[in-house]
Amino acid sequence: MMTPRSEEELAAMIVAARGPLAVQGGGTRGFAGAGDELSSAGLSGIDLYEPGALTLVARAGTPVAEIEAALAGENQRLAFEPMDHRALLGTTGQPTIGGVMAANVSGPRRIAVGAARDFALGVRFVDGSGRIVKNGGRVMKNVTGYDLVKLMCGSFGTLGVLSEVAMKVLPKPETQASLVIGTADVGQAVAALARGLGSPFEVTGAAFLPDRGAVVRIEGFEASVSYRLGALHAVLGGFGDIERLDAEASQSLWQSVRDVQRFAERAGDVWRISVKPSDAPSVVAALPEGAEYLLDWGGGLIWVLCAERTDLRAGIAPFAGHATLVRADAQTRAQLGVFQPEAPALGALTNGVRARFDPRGLLNARRTLAA
Amino acid sequence: MEMPTPNPAVLARKSQLVARLLKVLPADAVISDIAETRAYECDALTAYKCAPMVAVLPASTQEVSDVLRICFEEGVPVVPRGSGTSLAGGALPTADCVILGVARMNDVIETDYPNRIIRVQSGRTNLSVTGAVEEDGFFYAPDPSSQLACAIAGNIAMNSGGAHCLKYGVTTNNLMGVTLVQMDGTVVEIGGGHLDAGGLDLLGVICGSEGQLGVVTEATLRILHKPEGARPVLMGFDDNEVAGACVSDIIKAGVLPVAIEFMDRPCIEATEAFAGAGYPDCEALLIVEVEGSDAEIDDQLGRIMEIARRHNPVELRESKSAEESARIWLGRKSAFGAMGQINDYMCLDGTIPVSSLPFVLRRIGEMSKEYGLSVGNVFHAGDGNMHPLILFDANKPGDLELCEAFGAEVLKLCVEAGGCLTGEHGVGIEKRDLMYVQYTMDDLEAQMAVKDVFDPQWLLNPAKVFPLDASDARRIVPIAAQ
Repeated sequence: MMTPRSEEELAAMIVAARGPLAVQGGGTRGFAGAGDELSSAGLSGIDLYEPGALTLVARAGTPVAEIEAALAGENQRLAFEPMDHRALLGTTGQPTIGGVMAANVSGPRRIAVGAARDFALGVRFVDGSGRIVKNGGRVMKNVTGYDLVKLMCGSFGTLGVLSEVAMKVLPKPETQASLVIGTADVGQAVAALARGLGSPFEVTGAAFLPDRGAVVRIEGFEASVSYRLGALHAVLGGFGDIERLDAEASQSLWQSVRDVQRFAERAGDVWRISVKPSDAPSVVAALPEGAEYLLDWGGGLIWVLCAERTDLRAGIAPFAGHATLVRADAQTRAQLGVFQPEAPALGALTNGVRARFDPRGLLNARRTLAA
Repeated sequence: MEMPTPNPAVLARKSQLVARLLKVLPADAVISDIAETRAYECDALTAYKCAPMVAVLPASTQEVSDVLRICFEEGVPVVPRGSGTSLAGGALPTADCVILGVARMNDVIETDYPNRIIRVQSGRTNLSVTGAVEEDGFFYAPDPSSQLACAIAGNIAMNSGGAHCLKYGVTTNNLMGVTLVQMDGTVVEIGGGHLDAGGLDLLGVICGSEGQLGVVTEATLRILHKPEGARPVLMGFDDNEVAGACVSDIIKAGVLPVAIEFMDRPCIEATEAFAGAGYPDCEALLIVEVEGSDAEIDDQLGRIMEIARRHNPVELRESKSAEESARIWLGRKSAFGAMGQINDYMCLDGTIPVSSLPFVLRRIGEMSKEYGLSVGNVFHAGDGNMHPLILFDANKPGDLELCEAFGAEVLKLCVEAGGCLTGEHGVGIEKRDLMYVQYTMDDLEAQMAVKDVFDPQWLLNPAKVFPLDASDARRIVPIAAQ
C-alpha cells in the first residue's frame, strides 16, 4: 500500500502510477476501486482549529476520532453526524476525515442541518494528472470562483485524492431527548415525521424503526429541549402513543440509527435508497418479500437488508432518487453496480468531468459513477 | 475594466440571428432595437455599461433551450440575467452578446409542505418565494439584501447569502434541484425532492458558477417553518477588538445566533445622522439576534448579555418587543442608504476569519488615510463576511479609479488574512482580475476544466470570473461551422 507523507509525495506517486489506483482513507467504507492501494492515512493532523470561528482544518488522513476528540474539548462537534461504517461492513481500521468528505458521509442530523458537503469549506487535492489544486478556503462564506469543494465531496476519490479539508463545525448542545411515536404503519410514521420536521421546534432527527415506531430528536439547552418536547408531544399525539427517551437513551438510539446497527452481522445485501421523504411508503411497499428496512431523514433515506443479489433499482424506478449497493459480495457489486446509473445527459457531464480531472482513468477507475 | 473585443463576424449577422430567434419566440420577447437594448446595458455595478446586441425574454424551458441552441449554432455569446441586481457585473453584456433574461419565468410550480420544498421558475424573486408560503408559516431562508428584486436564477448563479447564513446557510445549502439548459440546448434535470445527489455533486458546482455552465430555468428549494419568534440585543463597545472578542466568546459559549451584525464608528455616525435609530456613541456596535419561543429567547439573550458584560460594553439594549426590535434593526438596515447619502460608494464583499477582524479593521483604517477616501464597515460578523463601503465622488475625475485601487488592496488584505475575495456577491468582472491573488494557475485550470465540459465553446457569460489572460485560449474559438 502506498501511504504518502506529504502532498508532494502524493503527487509524485500519482504521476508515476502506471495502472489503476485504489484510492482510500482508512479503508473502512468499502468504496475503493481495484488497483494498487493508495491511502491518504499518512497525511494526518489537525492544522488549525479556531473554536471562536467554528472552523477546523485537517489533513485528509486525520482520523475522525481525533477530530471529534479535539472538538469535544471545546464543546463542539461535526454537526452532520458522520456514520461509522465499520460495524455494518465488518471492516477494521480508522475512518478518516478525507474518507468522510470523499464519500459525503452524513448521519441522521443531515435532515436538519445538511450533509458533509454543506460543512466542507475548502479542500486541497491532487488530481489524476498529479496537479495540486486548492479550492474554497477556511471561511464560511466564499463564492470566489467555482465550488469544487462540493464536487469533490461525494466523488469517491474519482476526481482526485484529497490532501486537506477545511470544515465548519458547530457547538455541541447541552442535552438531547427524543419522542417515540408508537406506530407500525409506515405511512402514518412518515406523516408524523413530516409534521415534526415541518414544525418550528427544530427536530434534528426523524427516523422510523418498524418494530419500535417513529422517532424525533430535539437538542439544545435543557429548558429549551423540555419545552420543545412538550410542544411536539401536543403536535404528534394524534399519531400514536408517545414514549419519551431521556438524553442517554436518545443518544444510544440515534447512534444505532446512524450506523445502521440492526443490519450489522446479519446475512444479506444492504442497500441505501435516497428518495423524496413522502415517497418512502410506496418504495417500502415495493420491496421484495422478506426484506427489512428502516427509515431516516423523515423517510428520505431508506436502509434495506435483503436477500443477496436482489436488484432493488427496478422498484424505485417510478420515483426520483437513487439506490446505492452498500454491502454485497464482489460479484454482486460487479453485476448490479454499486451506484445508480445516471440519465444519459447527466452521465455525459459526469464522464466529461472525470475525463478532465483524471484523463488516464486511474483513480478508483472501476468505481463507476455514471452509466 | 477590460472586456473582450466584440466579434465583428457575430455583429455582422445580427439580422440573421434575430430572424431565427423570432421563429422560436413571440415578437415581444426579442429586443433588438438599439434604443431598447440599452435597458439591459448594466446591472447594479453601474460604473460599467455596454448595450447587448439582442435581448430575449423566453417564457419556458423549451424557449430557453431553443434560444441557446440557435446561439450555439450561430456562435453567439449569451449572458444570462436574473433581475440585474449583481454588484459584481455578473450580468454585464458585451456588444456582441444576447442577453437572456428569465424575468418572464416567475411561476410557482409546486409547493410541497410534507417534504418542505417549493419548485419555482428561476425568474421568481427571492422574497416572493417566501411570499408564496408564508401564510402557511413557512419561509425560504437565504435573504440577500436585494431580496425584494433579485431573482432565484441570480441567487443560484452567485450562490447568494444574506444576514441569516450563520444558522441557515447560503443558497447552495438550500438548493435541492435544478432544471439546467446547456449552451447547446440540452435540458438536464439535476437533483429534486430527494436529499442527496446520486453521482457527482454537479448541483454543488452549478450553484455559484455565475451563469457560465448553463441557464437554470426551474429550481427546487428547501423551505422551513418559521421560528416562533426572534429578538435582537444591541451592544456597543469602545474598541473594535473587544467587539470581535465578544463575537468569538458568544460562539464559543454554544449559543448559535441567527445573525450577528457589526458596524464601526463611521458607519454608526452615518446611520445616526440619516435614520436616527438612537445608536450609542461608540467605536463598534453589534446586533445579535436569536430565535425561539419567548422564554427561549429570554434565556439565550440572557446568556449572550452575560458574555457581553464581561467585555465592558458602553451600551447593552435588549429588545423586549417587536417595536424595540425594529428600532434596533433600523440603523443597520439603512446603513447602505446612509452611506449613499454622504457620497457615491463602492461596496466590497471579502470574507475573513473572525479572528483576524481587529487586524483587518485596523489596516483598512490606515489605508483609508493613505488613499484619502473614507470607509464605513458594516458586516456579518458571525461568518466574517465584510462589507467595507468606500466613499468616493463619481463626478471627480480619477476618484473611481482611486476607489477601485483601494478596494483591490482591501480584498488582497482579506486573502492575506486567510479569507477570500468575495463572500456572497460573486466575482463577475469586478474581481475577475484579482483571482490570481487567491488562486494559482493550476487552481484556475481545474475550475475552467468544469466549464470546458458544460460549455466547450465558452459561449456562456465567457468574459467573467476568470482573468481574461487565463481564459483567452478557451474563449477565442473559431465561429461555429457556417
